[in-house]
Amino acid sequence: MNSSTDPLKTTHLFFGPQHPGVTGNMSVEMWFDGDEITKAVTHVGYLHRGFEKLMERRLWIQNFPLVCRICVPEPDINEECYALAVEKLAGLQVPERAKWIRTLILELARFAVNLMAFGGQAGTLGLGTGAMWGITFRDFVLDLFEELTGARVYHMYIQPGGVRRDLPEGFEKRVLAVLDKIGERLPEFDRLILNNSVFRDRTVGVGIVKPEWVSELGLVGPVARGSGSLRDVRKDAPYEVYGELDFEVVSEQGCDIYSRALLRRREIDLSMHLIRRILESMPGGPVAAPLPNLTEWRIPPGEIYTRIESSRGEYGYYVVSDGSLKPRRVHVRGPSFVHALTLLERMLVGANIADVSNIMVSLTTCPPEIER
Amino acid sequence: MKFTDIVSPFLAWSRAAKKADTIPYPKQSHPGSDRYRGFHRNDLDKCIGCGRCEEICQNLAIGMVQVEGSEPAEGDSGLRPLVDYGRCCWCALCIDVCSTGSLSLSNSYSWTTYDADTCAYIPGTDEKAWDDSQKGYSQDNSILQWAGSPRIEMPAAEPDERVSNFEEVIRGYSPEQAAVEASRCIQCGLCVTACPAHMHIPEYLKAIADGDYSRAVKLFFDNNPLPEMCGKVCTRECESVCAMGYQGEAIAIRWLKRFACEQFESLSDVLATDEKPLEPGRGRVAIIGTGPAGLSAAYYLSRMGFQAHVFEKDGEGGGVAQHAIPEYRLPASGYEKQMDVFRKAGAHFHYNTEVSSGDILKMSDEYDALFIAAGLQRSSDFKIPGVELPGVKHAFYFLMNNPDDGSTEVGSRVLVIGGGNVAMDTARTCLRLGAEVVISYRRRIVDMPADEEEIEEAMEESIDFRPQTIPIRIEKAGQRLKYFYAEAEMVDDPDGGRPKPVRKDDVEHGIEVDTVFLAIGQSSDLGFLPDEIAGKMTIKWGEIEVDEHQYTGVKNIYAGGDVTPGAGDIITAIADGMRAAKAISKK
Repeated sequence: MNSSTDPLKTTHLFFGPQHPGVTGNMSVEMWFDGDEITKAVTHVGYLHRGFEKLMERRLWIQNFPLVCRICVPEPDINEECYALAVEKLAGLQVPERAKWIRTLILELARFAVNLMAFGGQAGTLGLGTGAMWGITFRDFVLDLFEELTGARVYHMYIQPGGVRRDLPEGFEKRVLAVLDKIGERLPEFDRLILNNSVFRDRTVGVGIVKPEWVSELGLVGPVARGSGSLRDVRKDAPYEVYGELDFEVVSEQGCDIYSRALLRRREIDLSMHLIRRILESMPGGPVAAPLPNLTEWRIPPGEIYTRIESSRGEYGYYVVSDGSLKPRRVHVRGPSFVHALTLLERMLVGANIADVSNIMVSLTTCPPEIER
Repeated sequence: MKFTDIVSPFLAWSRAAKKADTIPYPKQSHPGSDRYRGFHRNDLDKCIGCGRCEEICQNLAIGMVQVEGSEPAEGDSGLRPLVDYGRCCWCALCIDVCSTGSLSLSNSYSWTTYDADTCAYIPGTDEKAWDDSQKGYSQDNSILQWAGSPRIEMPAAEPDERVSNFEEVIRGYSPEQAAVEASRCIQCGLCVTACPAHMHIPEYLKAIADGDYSRAVKLFFDNNPLPEMCGKVCTRECESVCAMGYQGEAIAIRWLKRFACEQFESLSDVLATDEKPLEPGRGRVAIIGTGPAGLSAAYYLSRMGFQAHVFEKDGEGGGVAQHAIPEYRLPASGYEKQMDVFRKAGAHFHYNTEVSSGDILKMSDEYDALFIAAGLQRSSDFKIPGVELPGVKHAFYFLMNNPDDGSTEVGSRVLVIGGGNVAMDTARTCLRLGAEVVISYRRRIVDMPADEEEIEEAMEESIDFRPQTIPIRIEKAGQRLKYFYAEAEMVDDPDGGRPKPVRKDDVEHGIEVDTVFLAIGQSSDLGFLPDEIAGKMTIKWGEIEVDEHQYTGVKNIYAGGDVTPGAGDIITAIADGMRAAKAISKK
């Protein structure tokens, strides 16, 4: 018997799947010695909806309303990855304006997620006001999404070939108004969370992600950048119009929960900067390339991997076409696979029981992208 | 620990004195945005029941159902979508693909019901609170073109190039172009009901899209033994109801039929008809006339095991369709390929055999059935002073007389009176013979019975159209003729008929021309019918009345094509022949 799970020395406990501190429907099985975790095992399987298999049974166009459902807070990344893959396989040329609109959408989505995640980090420590404010700010962005796409959560807006509709009249102004409104309140948000002795006590030096783990485990996104890495697909392999936008990848050296929270806070500023740049430089023109008859749309045989930077890091789709009306195989590679399984199990050993949800939220793990 | 870190979070309390960001529901609610994807609405006047919404719905939330008040009609299946909100995911694919744009989503997103069964309803039929709301997600086909797209343009000779010769104007699709055009079909099948012969249009378009041309040809022959002819000159009722035509262009069904036939040197080889009549030795049928109706009956009767004897007064088959339509629309080079099918199918042709009334009486005894498809022989007369002058001719006889060989002298300026296909064909033929052509028609251009395409092409070829001109008389003017006309204005018919041309003023206009062609209409010469038989038939306006089985009411005698009332086009004649063949085989 392993000493870390010896029933005489340890307490055995399931954390989740029904627990407000767990990010989504997953659970962590833990063994404690006192209140120190000696071993942690992540369990998934509560949320399996078979997205990848479902996609093999649907027409190419029918999949874009499906893929967004893999991620609730940031559905657009799935639409984007899928659209990029289909476009490359089918050899579609996306109009310039559509690329700018897509970048705008992706940045708005990242903005909304980071507002929620930043506030949510405080929420895990019982600082509910921060969590509520985060949700409220996100809702202002959802109002914009509703106006642009017709839905608040599942936008189904980025489709292979472009986007479904042009920006409504005066939309740019309303985006800027929301940015200004949230921007004005961010210092207050900072005082509530970052300049909070409770938050600092509970996050500084807690949940360390060692810089060498970044390469060893293949960590991405805020988890990697919070440990000094500069990995960012937006810069490393620019997609859509990120190559034309002037920005610096943000990074923090602290390796702990606080620096990851701070990083998200800085990502909020970066998104606001990018959204403003996009609105300034948006060209005119059509927003969608013509597609063939949707029910007879065959895509030439081939395979492709597309990747983009989601709010949680590199997010990729591997799509295979056999020349038929439906994809032969679609594989979704979400960053949470490593973060919630390998990394979380490693980080929890030696951590305090009270810090489990704190650590988990700092990784913003998302079970649907683990079990597609 | 810094002192400010202890104090600063409490500054959030200042928010208590400020306006809340949240909405105090239910006192206030959040209206859906202008583009909100809420519950469905359907404009029943626009909906044609094509079922595209059902087809695209990934969740099987939409089913097409029969609705009271929406009866099936030409170009309308009579079915309407029923949306199940237990399945709908509000992706709005149904909206973006709706071929007429009738379906839309309202911006209502809240609906409470205690009856689970009402969570599915037929938008537009079942009244809902949001039926009249203007806001919500609706289609914009100018952005996506998912509901209608432009067709692949048919390569054609340029007008100035084509007027100098009789070469076919249409050049034909390449296999790549045909595949793209055929794959635009959404398989709704509305065209099948519109086609008089009910051809298997969605199926053969699919076969062409898949590159299986022999399958396409076999499908043609199920309901049409003259697909190549129809592929060139059909009136294409199918395209007029095509669901893709509402917001884009109808699929080029006719051109695709032509394309598939052109892929083979011999159509009978594709059909392998000589191998097997389905059920030999079923009797003998005499068919009068080798026009589309006669040929169609001959083909299906032969295939069903009858001995079909076809009698033709001329030396060649094909009737008016084959001989009056000029080379540049229907080249004679396709004639042998077409007739080969009928010969291989086992039809017996008796050319140069004029059938007299005595023959008819004999035939009605000798044969098991008789199918009269004698078609049109007479050009209608026109009563204005001067029609008897030597330079005044009947356009129909002119066309039937192989004008394209250049044997007929028409002079340097020609006038054509009429607005039908015969008028257009005559005008364009004269143009190719080197004449300058004027068309005089009593009504407006939109009222012309000619095929729209023919009118357009004639205009491109710079034929001088003079619509709303009433002919007065023709006079001799030296070696030439002078045609006098008056200008007309359109007066609405109080009884709701089409507007009538009425002379505008007393002014007479004159044009000097070399030849005047009368293209007023054609009729059948039923003189060959013996009185004993004709007396028992109902003959109205020179046309034999028949029932839905082409039966004349006289024992064993059927009729079809232009001797019976109907649209007077090729596909209708083909359908008549097929119906008669079926009726005879079931007799």
